[in-house]
Amino acid sequence: MARNVNFDLNHPLVEAGLESPADEDVVHNSFSELIAEQSQNGLSDAFELQELQNELDEEGRDNLAYLTGRGLNDREWEDDERQTDPLVGERWSSDTLKVLSSMPSRTIGRSRGAIISQYYNRTMQLRRRRQSRPSIRDFSHSARPSIRGYGMEADCIDAEGAGASKRERLVNNLQNLSVSDRIRMLRAMPLSLAEKSELRTSTLQKERRTRSGSQIPCCSQLKYYIIIAVRQCWYSWLSFLHSLQLWQVALKRVSGRFGTGVLSYFLFLKTLLFFNLFLFLVTGAFLVLPQAVHPPVLSADRQSFSGLELLTGAGYFSDTVMYYGYYCNYTLHRSCRDDDGGQNISVSTGTTSSCLSSHHSYNMPLAYFFIIGAAFFFTCIILVYSMSKSFGQSFRIDKSHSILAMKVFCSWDFKVIKKTSVKLMSEKICTQLKELLAEVNQKYVKNTVCQQLWRLMVHGLAWAICIASTSACVYGIYHFSDFMHQQQQQALTNKHPMLKEASLLALPALVSLINLLLPGLFNLAAWMEDYESPSVGTYVAIGRNLMLKVSVLCVLCYHWLGRVAADPKSINLTCWENFVGQELYRFLLMDFIFILLDTLFGEFLWRFFSEKVLKRRRKPVFDIARNVLELIYGQTLAWLGVLFTPLLPAVQILKLLLLFYIKKSSVMMNCQAPRKPYRVSQMTTIFITLLCFPSFLGASVCVTYTMWSITPSTSCGPFRGLKTMFQAGKRWVEQLERDNPNLSVLARAHAYLVENPLFLFVGAGIFLIVIYFHSQVVDGQRKIISLLQEQIENEGEDKKFLITRLQHIHEQKRTSKRRLKSQDSNY
Amino acid sequence: MGNKQTIFTAQQLDAYQDCTYFTRKEILRLFYRYRDLAPQLVPLDYTNQPDVKLPYELIGSMPELKDNPFRQRIAEVFSEDGEGNMTLDDFLDMFSVLSEMAPRDLKAYYAFKIYDFNNDDFICKSDLEKTLNKLTRNELTEDEVRMVCEKVIDEADLDNDGRLSLEDFQHMIVRAPDFLSTFHIRI
Repeated sequence: MARNVNFDLNHPLVEAGLESPADEDVVHNSFSELIAEQSQNGLSDAFELQELQNELDEEGRDNLAYLTGRGLNDREWEDDERQTDPLVGERWSSDTLKVLSSMPSRTIGRSRGAIISQYYNRTMQLRRRRQSRPSIRDFSHSARPSIRGYGMEADCIDAEGAGASKRERLVNNLQNLSVSDRIRMLRAMPLSLAEKSELRTSTLQKERRTRSGSQIPCCSQLKYYIIIAVRQCWYSWLSFLHSLQLWQVALKRVSGRFGTGVLSYFLFLKTLLFFNLFLFLVTGAFLVLPQAVHPPVLSADRQSFSGLELLTGAGYFSDTVMYYGYYCNYTLHRSCRDDDGGQNISVSTGTTSSCLSSHHSYNMPLAYFFIIGAAFFFTCIILVYSMSKSFGQSFRIDKSHSILAMKVFCSWDFKVIKKTSVKLMSEKICTQLKELLAEVNQKYVKNTVCQQLWRLMVHGLAWAICIASTSACVYGIYHFSDFMHQQQQQALTNKHPMLKEASLLALPALVSLINLLLPGLFNLAAWMEDYESPSVGTYVAIGRNLMLKVSVLCVLCYHWLGRVAADPKSINLTCWENFVGQELYRFLLMDFIFILLDTLFGEFLWRFFSEKVLKRRRKPVFDIARNVLELIYGQTLAWLGVLFTPLLPAVQILKLLLLFYIKKSSVMMNCQAPRKPYRVSQMTTIFITLLCFPSFLGASVCVTYTMWSITPSTSCGPFRGLKTMFQAGKRWVEQLERDNPNLSVLARAHAYLVENPLFLFVGAGIFLIVIYFHSQVVDGQRKIISLLQEQIENEGEDKKFLITRLQHIHEQKRTSKRRLKSQDSNY
Repeated sequence: MGNKQTIFTAQQLDAYQDCTYFTRKEILRLFYRYRDLAPQLVPLDYTNQPDVKLPYELIGSMPELKDNPFRQRIAEVFSEDGEGNMTLDDFLDMFSVLSEMAPRDLKAYYAFKIYDFNNDDFICKSDLEKTLNKLTRNELTEDEVRMVCEKVIDEADLDNDGRLSLEDFQHMIVRAPDFLSTFHIRI
């Protein structure tokens, strides 16, 4: 930490930093001699001390009375440990204050010169990090050999020769950085736009000069042009993306009225929309389109369209490209013979168009298998990336103690622009500050044993209610699904076919009803429990909700994969995948309908009720956590269903689009922002994590299990006839091996790596070890942070010590001078 | 719009793009917002860099700033003359720093300047009191204001000089993950 600090009089930092009207020219010798005998290392030419002496000699008003009279701060110290610390209670003289405030570490935020100096240091560090060892011939001979390796001096020579100020050195550094680094540095500088423009212009001019001066080989010039072209393309792509920015105005209105919390729900909806769009594009382009262009031969008994299909997804839709069963299990060929049954091509009149060779073939089973796998893989990568980015922004290694300070400085939401919302936000902050003050001021009252026991009982009761209700509902779903299964087994033919189809809607309706009503029960239980800290209450509510949805989905997966897929003949199903796909479609649709009903009754009618009947002025609160969990549930269904219904992402996209507008109108009309403090970044991280871990992971485990172990139907779909869906990939590898014996390595690799579960175990083990190492690194960093904090405190103590010693010496000198003066006057 | 716009030269637009967090389209859109505040004062041709300054009253009447209690400080911090009268450069700078993509350090620097009412590069007790009163619209009692100020300085002041320097402020902001999302104006 002992950097050589430059106390040069002409140092621009000092010039820029000092605001005191110090007389910089007068140098006094006696004080420096005094200091020289007190200290060991070269404080003798310390500028601040000379200045201090100048001040004291010029003004006569600094007397002891003044020093002991006014204080730096008028705080009364209560029983703090600081009272015993003499340094803080000291009264500093005005010169000491000036000295303190012109210390280099304090001037960073103050002036332009200081900012330029700081950024010079930063660009220097960046250059050091980025630079590889340059070759010797890049240097002029005047570069000193010992520092030749750094490559810095070569460009600094002429700069120094010109009497460079820090600004020119900064321009120099900027010029030597890569273009993206330079732009990043420029943008992050806290200077005005005009100055940044000037810096940029000087950098570009300098660059042009050096480029035209030296002979740059043509390949690096080409590289330079390529980089410029790529940058332009990137900017135009960003502009294009921005111009089709979805719902910009709507989001601004929502954030203007409700703030960042409610906005996060709509942003989450937008994120889900993009995930589904990606899925839809992938499956649409590679699965739906080829199959739609080459429709298979359809059976004769195709049902006609009746309105019920939109709700049940069965009937007319079951023989369309929407479901798994439509896809063929052979390779599609582009040929000019029109014996593709059902295809409406106009027969070319006699003239034969050239037949395409069998190169343009499309192996449908393989494509189906790989596309679904690839879609899940890329979704996983994108999810993990956004989760880690969000986690990085919100996670802080050390616990923060400055709660009140953060509340004062970070709680005002600048996005809110509506007048009434601004007023509400002020009230909210006021209330929170009062609560925090009360919390901080009162001594922690320990609950008596009786009270603790009572609280434990209440918590236990609430949890018992929640778990019992969840288990009861899950049990109910299990038996109801069994009942419906048996009903279909009996195949009562005297039932009207429409009624039979409508009865398929019973299970989805029940599940959606449970999803809607049970969280209300959980809210009641939480109200009974009365948590002290609102964030704990939110986490508990999320936990209970999650528990409900996970158990419901588990039971449903068991019902589909364990009952229906295991024995499809018992319910007269020729194609169980179609049935499961239709079930998922029905569940998705019912979920949407029930959300609509909830919005209508829960928000719209409740508002009327509370205003007219209960005569309350407050509108219902928009429950962000519950709504986000519903979105996650819907997305899990969509991911579960992609394998069986490649068009399900399209349905989900439509659902999300409609949901956005419905929720937006409802929120604007009926709701108000949550009154409890809502920590946005933490909540966003939690939601993205929930989307990744229970939701996506569960869906991918189900899909993997289906592909790995369940026998596909023998009469429909792209995997008919195979033992498992996974065999499609294996068959292709075997075919490759047959066609080209050189690729036997690939076949063997496939057999050993992909099919062998040991490889997966080893992979997972390595992954866990890497995670463990990283957590150890984080622990180490925590320790380093505490050590550095200690060091900062020690440095602070050093500073205080020095200042007090100087004060002391100064006082001694003054008293001795006065004594001398009074003695003189007495004579 | 495309390449046919005649408001800025290509170099000017490139400079703006490199020095702010906005793309070309956003810069043009912001220019039109700036012009809409006073169409008779702002020319449509900025190629020769006219010296046009809009008075604070017009800036403060923008819907994004109209009801913000800190609007005067924001305008003062970002304006060249320190009075709140903004040129186009100041305007772009202001919204660039307050945009989503600005990094934490940059935002912390300007937030510090905004909360420093007396411009002495320190947030002292009087600055804090003014901040609190603006935050809560004078709803807190004097006692409570005093206690909150003391507590805040207690918590955040690392070098014990009784006021917050930029470093103390930045040290505290680093631990507040919500700062990035709240110190943000959508335009």
